[in-house]
Amino acid sequence: MNAPATGNSPGMILPMAKEIPSGAGEFRLPSTDQPFVLGTVVTAVGPVPQIGSELFWRDLRGRYLVRWNIGRDCYSVEPGLYALGHPRDDSPVMVTANYKLTFDLLRQTLSGRDLWILVLDTKGINVWCAAGKGTFGTEELLDRIQASRLAEVVSHRRLIVPQLGAPGLAAFEIQKYAGFRVVYGPVLMEDLPAFLENDCRATPEMRIKKFPLKERLVLVPVEVMQGLQQGIPLMLFFLLVAGLAGDGPFLNAALVHGLPPALSVLTGIIAGTIVTPILLPWIPGRPFSVKGALAGLVLFFLVFIVSGADGSGYFMLEPISWLLITLAVSSWLGMAFTGASTFTSLNGVRKEMLRAMPAQFAGLVLGIGLWGASFWLG
Amino acid sequence: MAELRYLEDVVTLECDRDRCIGCGMCSVVCPHGVFVLEERKAVMAARNLCMECGACMRNCPSGAITVEAGEGCVRGVINELLGIEGPCC
Ligand code: SF4
Ligand code: SF4
Repeated sequence: MNAPATGNSPGMILPMAKEIPSGAGEFRLPSTDQPFVLGTVVTAVGPVPQIGSELFWRDLRGRYLVRWNIGRDCYSVEPGLYALGHPRDDSPVMVTANYKLTFDLLRQTLSGRDLWILVLDTKGINVWCAAGKGTFGTEELLDRIQASRLAEVVSHRRLIVPQLGAPGLAAFEIQKYAGFRVVYGPVLMEDLPAFLENDCRATPEMRIKKFPLKERLVLVPVEVMQGLQQGIPLMLFFLLVAGLAGDGPFLNAALVHGLPPALSVLTGIIAGTIVTPILLPWIPGRPFSVKGALAGLVLFFLVFIVSGADGSGYFMLEPISWLLITLAVSSWLGMAFTGASTFTSLNGVRKEMLRAMPAQFAGLVLGIGLWGASFWLG
Repeated sequence: MAELRYLEDVVTLECDRDRCIGCGMCSVVCPHGVFVLEERKAVMAARNLCMECGACMRNCPSGAITVEAGEGCVRGVINELLGIEGPCC
């Protein structure tokens, strides 16, 4: 199997038609030795790997694992030019990232069509994130056009680039240095067929990034895993300290004094990583830290009061400490969801964090302090 | 469904009307409909919806737009506070 092309980009020395900087943009087609490659399509520059729209069980298994945050860092396809179906020299060229999930969704969405797919080397990261980093960018696209000798494969000079890749690349520079006109496709991949049928014109709605429930739900598992990663050590801390410091046998003390604060952490995780994302538009407040805290507050009362574990029998400080712990955790994890959301700005998040983090930290420290103090006072 | 909006008056987006040549690219690439074209000039019609992705700035051929572009995420800001390089995703 060929080594995947590396992004040895030429810096700002841009590859002009016949002056190829040595090393950069060297002719290379993707390997056919990849599980999803069906065969090859003969072109003016050689055999281009052909792919289909059908996904096999291993594609689906990979998608499932990625959703659950398992091994998602090494999930890529080799960059370069692919043929979907039986494209000709006048077929459209779609540009995408080499994140396997994106690649799979694209070929599925375009099922039944014949076109070229130019895969950029984004190090296995999706279009949006890679555009933010600049790996889905002007230089990489120029290199990839050159390396695939795209100008010899197709007779037209038009590339369809996902709109969410626009933060990384400048259409006017692609036109200037490679002679290809960039047409920005719709935000959502599912609008691509309609876009293609409408002579590559997007309706205004296709240009707007929304954040519907369906999309938020997909993000929940990854948020939960990250919340658990941070929360489980804290839960173990409460169980362990309570078991060692409380009266009577370890297990008994751990259950009486350690389980409630551990449950508080869990309540905070559920509120911040499941309730907040799902109910995002309906929870009052603009800052995500406020939304998270409100979700935590409500869930805390549901869990601790409605379930009957209302803290009677405990010294009063202890239930207060549980509430503080839940609020701190849910507010923090709710705020973390800004990273996955599609409408929060860098300066907004910065401002929110500078205000919320001291409160979250104080809440957690005070919560742990009160909980500890209740051992001596209670 | 309730509208999703983030904080008001926090973004760094600016547009220089004099430099704008009215090509309309900013309104094409913006995922939040921030720009509209009025009398062949780009106008920030919904500035508070801006998420500072930088797509408009990058694709403006006349350099009329400036914005402190970056990913708005907790880990990124913490890294920034700690003075280390680290991306969001
Ligand atoms: S992209 Fe730049 S030049 Fe074009 S309309 Fe927008 S601001 Fe004006
Ligand atoms: S930075 Fe992004 S969200 Fe803000 S106006 Fe420009 S394109 Fe729109």
